[in-house]
Amino acid sequence: MGGDRDPVTLIRQSRGREAGNPSHLRRISSRGATAAAWILAAAVPLVFVGVFFAWPVASIVGRGLFPDGMLDVAGIVEVLSRPRTVRIIGFTIGMAAAATAITLVLGMPVAYVLSRLRFRGRGVLRAAVLVPFVLPTVVVGIAFRALLRDTPLDGSVVAILAALVFFNVAVVARTVAVSWESLDPRQEEAARVLGAGPVRVFVTITLRRLAPSIAAAASIVFLFCSTAFGTVLVLGGAKYATIETEIWLLTTQFLDLRAASVLSVAQIVVVLLLLVITARVRGRTTAQHRSFATRRPRRSDTPVIAATVLIALALAVPLAALLERSLRVAGEWSGGNYLALASTGGRNALTVTPWQALGNSLGFAAAATGLAMLVGLVACVLLSRTPRSPVARRGLDLVDGALMLPLGVSAVTVGFGFLITLNSPPLDLRTSPVLVPIAQALVAVPLVVRTLLPVLRSVGSRMRDAAATLGAPPWRVILTIDLGVAGRAALAATGLAFTVALGEFGATTFLSRPDAATLPVVIYRLIGLPGGDNAGMAAAASVVLAAVCVAVVALVERLRVDTAGAF
Amino acid sequence: MQRFIPLAALAASALVLAGCTTPPDEPTTLVLVTHDSFALSEGTLEAFTEQTGIVVDVQSGGDAGELVNKLVLTKDSPLGDVVFGIDNTFASRAADNGVLEEYVSGDLTEAEDAFLLPAGSGGEYLTPIDSGDVCVNVDHEWFTEAGLAEPATLDDLIDPAYEGLLVVEAANSSSPGLAFLLATIAAYGDGWPDYWSALVDNQVKVAASWSDAYYVDFSGPSSEGDRPLVVSYASSPPFESGVTGVLLDTCFRQTEYAGVIAGTEHPAEARQLVDFLFSTVVQNDIPENMYVFPVNSEATLPETWAEYAEIATDPYVIDPAEIDANRERWISEWAAIATP
Repeated sequence: MGGDRDPVTLIRQSRGREAGNPSHLRRISSRGATAAAWILAAAVPLVFVGVFFAWPVASIVGRGLFPDGMLDVAGIVEVLSRPRTVRIIGFTIGMAAAATAITLVLGMPVAYVLSRLRFRGRGVLRAAVLVPFVLPTVVVGIAFRALLRDTPLDGSVVAILAALVFFNVAVVARTVAVSWESLDPRQEEAARVLGAGPVRVFVTITLRRLAPSIAAAASIVFLFCSTAFGTVLVLGGAKYATIETEIWLLTTQFLDLRAASVLSVAQIVVVLLLLVITARVRGRTTAQHRSFATRRPRRSDTPVIAATVLIALALAVPLAALLERSLRVAGEWSGGNYLALASTGGRNALTVTPWQALGNSLGFAAAATGLAMLVGLVACVLLSRTPRSPVARRGLDLVDGALMLPLGVSAVTVGFGFLITLNSPPLDLRTSPVLVPIAQALVAVPLVVRTLLPVLRSVGSRMRDAAATLGAPPWRVILTIDLGVAGRAALAATGLAFTVALGEFGATTFLSRPDAATLPVVIYRLIGLPGGDNAGMAAAASVVLAAVCVAVVALVERLRVDTAGAF
Repeated sequence: MQRFIPLAALAASALVLAGCTTPPDEPTTLVLVTHDSFALSEGTLEAFTEQTGIVVDVQSGGDAGELVNKLVLTKDSPLGDVVFGIDNTFASRAADNGVLEEYVSGDLTEAEDAFLLPAGSGGEYLTPIDSGDVCVNVDHEWFTEAGLAEPATLDDLIDPAYEGLLVVEAANSSSPGLAFLLATIAAYGDGWPDYWSALVDNQVKVAASWSDAYYVDFSGPSSEGDRPLVVSYASSPPFESGVTGVLLDTCFRQTEYAGVIAGTEHPAEARQLVDFLFSTVVQNDIPENMYVFPVNSEATLPETWAEYAEIATDPYVIDPAEIDANRERWISEWAAIATP
């Protein structure tokens, strides 16, 4: 069991055991304080996820599974033995796996171009790949269906997969790019000089070294796909049921909490299985603490650049359709839809103007991003350590898993869970706007963790031990080494967190108040009303949402350039 | 004995604190729990506050379908004092689960009898507020250009002359979709599955949501599609300036109700708010904000509504208790036929 211990740790332990070493006693007391600090640090993410996720979900699932205080075994078996249940679970996993595989394949060239090549407009492209990610699914679903109408693809699994890939390419492109940037290209260059072909170098060196971040990206994309709701319904023409759509149907329409709870547990099991699988490829890459200089594209980059351009064009088609719709009023070119954003729409369509809603959105998303970064950073620093005791290591794996769960569990389950738990002081939050950024942060934290953790884990304990040996107290090690190395990744994570918070719809609409509606909620309302002016406004508001997202992320990326200069 | 002194002090301070939380001059605030389509003009609810001194806090998250389930799940610690937006398809679930207090506004007259729920299906608990029909909408221009007579009835929709012209929403993911299914069940009774098989044979298109049925598949002036018949609301044509219309013999009536939530600390004030929602102040404000018809016979309709909006004289209806008892079975049988 001890075979996988870090050699440095062993050396340290044997040194500490030397009898009569006066520093030994000091170390024990400081070790006690350090342990307390670590436990305190672990409490931050655990309390957050515990109070705002685990407790509400456990309560609502408990109501379904323990209807009279007793576990309803017969009922659970009955639900699980329904052919429909089995089919739905199988379809969900298969669909999410297929979408994840395609997204990975398409996201890798984009990640390469973003991380390795230097060209004009790179910063804009970096921010622009996030656009699909922030757009409301209902708007994108309609744009996709308008393109596919009258083709055999309309209402097919292919249409669902295409839309899922559209939404998630950004996750792969950005998460992997963060790690790719810090890989020393000299290793690949050396292999090339020694005669290895480009494919062999890519497979044996690059892929292997990128494995942790690819696994991280894959797990996020898989969870986003397996819990997709609007995309599956709209593009599948209501023909396909996934665990997520079924939980919605069972909870909101049939009030069949028992069956809904069984499916919620199935979602949790899926997340845990996924974690077990991805933990195997976590690995430890060599520590690299700087960003390697990007270079001008070469002739050999042509295939990758061509692939990236094609992917970018494919992503741009639905966006172009949306942009075109936003610029048309009654069939004529016009900026009228954008002017209308200052109004509450024709016939009192809205309670707030889209601009006010954008203000609300930015406020909520900023709060959610701050919260997600706080929880995520603390969690990452903690998770990147390799404690000596196996119990503590197991504990860290649990924290890791707990933080991923909110991505894989239905927003309906969480929302109804909020209603039955957060109902008494001091957590009487059911009607409070505070819940909106909290719910958004729950979804953003796993993104922050998956983006930062592969980078922090690559630091390796030797560097931290070296700093500690040189006399740096733990907080200083964290500030100068962990945050120093992960500074750039932290900015990338901030961008992703902000984007996901800005675009979040499911939980936000469940919790939002009419006077504090966010822009996605307003867009959803507009697209749910008849009349060309409302549909045009919805398109214009979506374009504004995308543009603001790109602008904010590009600003964050600017900070990124400055910090990178420090290395 | 000493031990009791702190306890007594604690109890006394608790009493003082309890007294502090509801000083007599503080206005009562009622929480109105409703769905995300709820909207009234600015100043309408403020008029109620001016009249009565009661402040209204609107909680409008989630859609109409979720509303009753929210109330059922939070029965032990109610979400608010008054609920608005329970429709006839969910009314009996609300009644059966004891989430409402017995109260129906005394201001109702015989003119509104048609909107009352049967006893046992929510009739004792719910006051009708608004009503809207879900009907097949028709693109007049398309039929004029095609030189084809418009269909009129549900039977016409399975006529091969109208093959491939209709788009409906899915009954398992859309509330107008469910309403249209209920219209066909009311019309054909146990024979409804045969009717749906015939619709499928006649190339009906099923879309998941109202938004994409209406904007992607429908051929109306603000839509991009090529199907001139869509399941929508009777209130949709006014938005299209009369270029579209309603097939009045295909309508299912959805009526929305208000009620007092069981366990409210302000039952008297809550009843006042229910009465206010039925008063002409709110009723006149409803059409232009929520795109449905007021139920109060004294209410006046806006001009464009008087011009373009039509009301079915004999819409399809089903007893809410029957809907609640069969919802799950009907929806799954429907899905097997319409979305194979």
